[in-house]
Amino acid sequence: MMGAENQGFEEAHLYASKEEMESLVLDEPPSPNANGNGNANSKSFSNYRSAMSSLPDSHHPLSASASTSASTSALAIPADSDPLLAPPPYPEELHSPTSHDNSSYIEPPSYADVIFSPFDGEDINGLESPSRTSDITPASFSRSSSSTGEYIRITVSNPQKEQETSNSIVPGGNTYVTYLITTRTNIPEFEATEFSVRRRFRDVVTLSDRLAESYRGFFVPPRPDKNVVESQVMQKQEFVEQRRVALEKYLMRLSEHPMILKSDEFKVFLQVQGKLPLPTSTDVASRMLDGAVKLPKQLLGETVVAPHEVVQPAKGGRDLLRLFKELKQSVVNDWSGSKPPLVEEDKEFLERKDRVHDLEQQLSNSSQQAESLVKAQQDMGETMGELGLAFIKLTKFENEEAVFNSQRARAVDMKNFATAAVKASRFYRELNLHMVKHLDTLHEYLGLMLAVHSAFSDRSSALLTVQTLLTELSSLQSRSEKLEAASSKIFGGDKTRIRKMEELKETLRVTEDAKNVAIREYERIKENNRTELERLDKERHADFLNMLKGFVVNQVGYAEKIANVWGKVAEETSGYVKESI
Amino acid sequence: MDHQQPQRSLSGSSQSPRSPPSQPYLSVSVIDPVKLGNGVQAYISYRVITKTNLPEYQGPEKIVIRRYSDFVWLHDRLFEKYKGIFIPPLPEKSAVEKFRFSAEFIEMRRQALDLFLNRIASHHELRQSEDLRTFLQVDEEVMERLRAHETGIFKKPADLMQIFKDVQSKVSDVVLGKEKPVEESNPEYEKLKHYIFELENHLAEAQKHAYRLVKRHRELGKSLSDFGKAIKLLGACEGDALGKAFSELGAKSELVSVRLQKEAHQLLMNFEEPIKDYVRAVQSIKATIAERANAFRQQCELAETIKLKEINLDKLMLTRSDKVREAENEYRELKEASEEATRRFETMVILMNEEIVRFQEQKTLDMGVAFHEFAKGQARLANNIADAWRSLLPKLEACSLS
Repeated sequence: MMGAENQGFEEAHLYASKEEMESLVLDEPPSPNANGNGNANSKSFSNYRSAMSSLPDSHHPLSASASTSASTSALAIPADSDPLLAPPPYPEELHSPTSHDNSSYIEPPSYADVIFSPFDGEDINGLESPSRTSDITPASFSRSSSSTGEYIRITVSNPQKEQETSNSIVPGGNTYVTYLITTRTNIPEFEATEFSVRRRFRDVVTLSDRLAESYRGFFVPPRPDKNVVESQVMQKQEFVEQRRVALEKYLMRLSEHPMILKSDEFKVFLQVQGKLPLPTSTDVASRMLDGAVKLPKQLLGETVVAPHEVVQPAKGGRDLLRLFKELKQSVVNDWSGSKPPLVEEDKEFLERKDRVHDLEQQLSNSSQQAESLVKAQQDMGETMGELGLAFIKLTKFENEEAVFNSQRARAVDMKNFATAAVKASRFYRELNLHMVKHLDTLHEYLGLMLAVHSAFSDRSSALLTVQTLLTELSSLQSRSEKLEAASSKIFGGDKTRIRKMEELKETLRVTEDAKNVAIREYERIKENNRTELERLDKERHADFLNMLKGFVVNQVGYAEKIANVWGKVAEETSGYVKESI
Repeated sequence: MDHQQPQRSLSGSSQSPRSPPSQPYLSVSVIDPVKLGNGVQAYISYRVITKTNLPEYQGPEKIVIRRYSDFVWLHDRLFEKYKGIFIPPLPEKSAVEKFRFSAEFIEMRRQALDLFLNRIASHHELRQSEDLRTFLQVDEEVMERLRAHETGIFKKPADLMQIFKDVQSKVSDVVLGKEKPVEESNPEYEKLKHYIFELENHLAEAQKHAYRLVKRHRELGKSLSDFGKAIKLLGACEGDALGKAFSELGAKSELVSVRLQKEAHQLLMNFEEPIKDYVRAVQSIKATIAERANAFRQQCELAETIKLKEINLDKLMLTRSDKVREAENEYRELKEASEEATRRFETMVILMNEEIVRFQEQKTLDMGVAFHEFAKGQARLANNIADAWRSLLPKLEACSLS
């Protein structure tokens, strides 16, 4: 996968400055849509499927049902259960706008599980998985189609140290960490409803690389960073925990991509016990070695790019010669001033590319501001709580040392005030928790931009391959013509020359084939880009709307709660104002 | 300006002219802060308006111009003359902030000075002070002379904090028994002292958080504003209905931000400042406690000295020394002084007992009002915020249906 060395943006945001952000984001579903059995919302998943059906030949069985659900489903909710259409009794107001069933997700009772200790940042952990139902689809783009009721839930847990048994370069054996990956699903392609495997991070890298190869032109989510660190750090609990979270997110994101979900690679990764039966990406050193072996052959012989190889970009090591050629081509493209044999002509694509670039910038900006907002709200809640606590202490003090009745009276009001402040503080914290989930959509899409970039670069590298082959073809052709012209002058022909001509003709044929394959591949990737862009637009539209709604509903709900709390205190203390006039 | 009205009540308020002429009233207000001078020399002058029908005053209405150090002069004079009474506190000198002279700072100071004068004018003893009359009536040149004259006697008028600190250390020394144990053995009084000292700590903490809360409101306002702007830009990438939704959300966000900034200001004026005022009042009490300790010590010392003198006198009388006359005079003087010291001390005790009752009642009222204003403000803010966001919902709903 192209995203190999780049840190996923969303990861960067996860582990950005504030550890509160980290503790908030944890296992929790980034979307407000946290209940229901996967029939929650069908954004445009079904739309996507019908779009994808244009690639394989047969019409996707779901597309029929997709069209009906797609148009109305985006965020429409059956009117009777839509809390937003009715005037707000506020707990319902906090209802996720996209959930169909009526269990209010943000209702106060669910926070009974929250272990609330006002003045340390750790209380968020109480909100973690234990209190959540296990059939939540946690990913923000949860798009299990409502028409099929499909769902999948992947958890990563139980990290364990294991010993490397095979001969490693370092004597004494290496230890590494494996994770238990548990999948629960009702998708028929998986042939089971619940299964677990143990995988190590290296396996994830393999999966990611194989997917990158198979799904060129698709927006394949980037995998978590490799983080080349020493084994000591590797085993530190914090690092392992971070990685566990990242892996879980990654796998869930993969499952949201309709093509990848059903892909062999993914299924194999999730289901096959024991060693991961996917070809591993060999390390750089051995690839270089490999390539060096091939190079002389390539240089001396007339080795061409085998047609089946053109469907992959030139990889360092194995295809040194091809790499050189393509590099030369790209230099020619950039510097020669002459038009390359085939150019990116699709204006629509170029426009879209620009828009994607804009989007990325604004996403990055918004994501940053969202983080600041979360922090500011967090601080507000904290300080409010501290104020409350200070007055609680003062109340206790007044009660203990009271000499006058006026002190006792004051203590009562002070206590009410302090209690209200602590309550308000709690509300701010909860508000923030939810807001983080909603705004996480921004981070998610920002992270997706990486996948988009790599899909675009799949396209350009495929184009480069085609261009290189075309150039080569034309140079081969002119050589062939020259040879013919030369040999026609000598009657009877030179045996060597004839042989050369035949070889050349053979090379031409093979190269022609390769060119055709490369063009087909390029067209295929172009089409993938196009459909993915459409999918991105639709899903983003739906997700963003969801995000806005969730954000607003959240703000309204908690503002009302806070207003309530203070309104009571204002009433209780209104006597003082009259008294003092 | 929504500052605490209730404080200026008690004996007639600013709308005095309409009260029946027979009822004595004295109403004061501090208004119109004006910055004068340049650079380091800059200062704020205030207009002090006095409305009264009291015969001791020069007329029904008088306006004078005063500056902060004039108030300090008045405070120090009252502190000297009215031992046992909790003199209303002044706002801090705060050299740094003064240099910046923000509008907020100026307004807070004006309010505090107004409160200061009003409390004096409402105190049955203090209001009769001649120094008060001087302060309220003499013109600026006279005031300046008086102020300059006093500078030598007390520590720099600006250095109230220093005085308090000295007093505090003295008092804590006394309380902790560091000095020779010339202390009252009055358990109730001990309790009171302990209460006052502890109270200051609690209040200081409350004030710290109150101030932070003001900051948080401002910070939240700012980030909402920035967030709104960013969201608007993001919406521009989207276009059509969704883009519009983003843009409206961004606009609302900016609106809420403004509301938060307003509330921050209210909080500062109506909550944080009263708590600060409470702290100052407690510090003033501590100063009085120190004075009482001094008075008590004086009384004890004099009593000791007299005993010695008595013994000496008896001795002299026995030996029929010619120093007897001298000694008798000395003894008489000392006796007078001792009685005076005792009187002073006992007055202080009585006054303090009255004052503490008044203080507690007043503070209960003040804090009650402060809590009320806080709660009212927060409720109003939250409701505004809820309304603002709620208005977006139908539009968002429309988006999803389209």
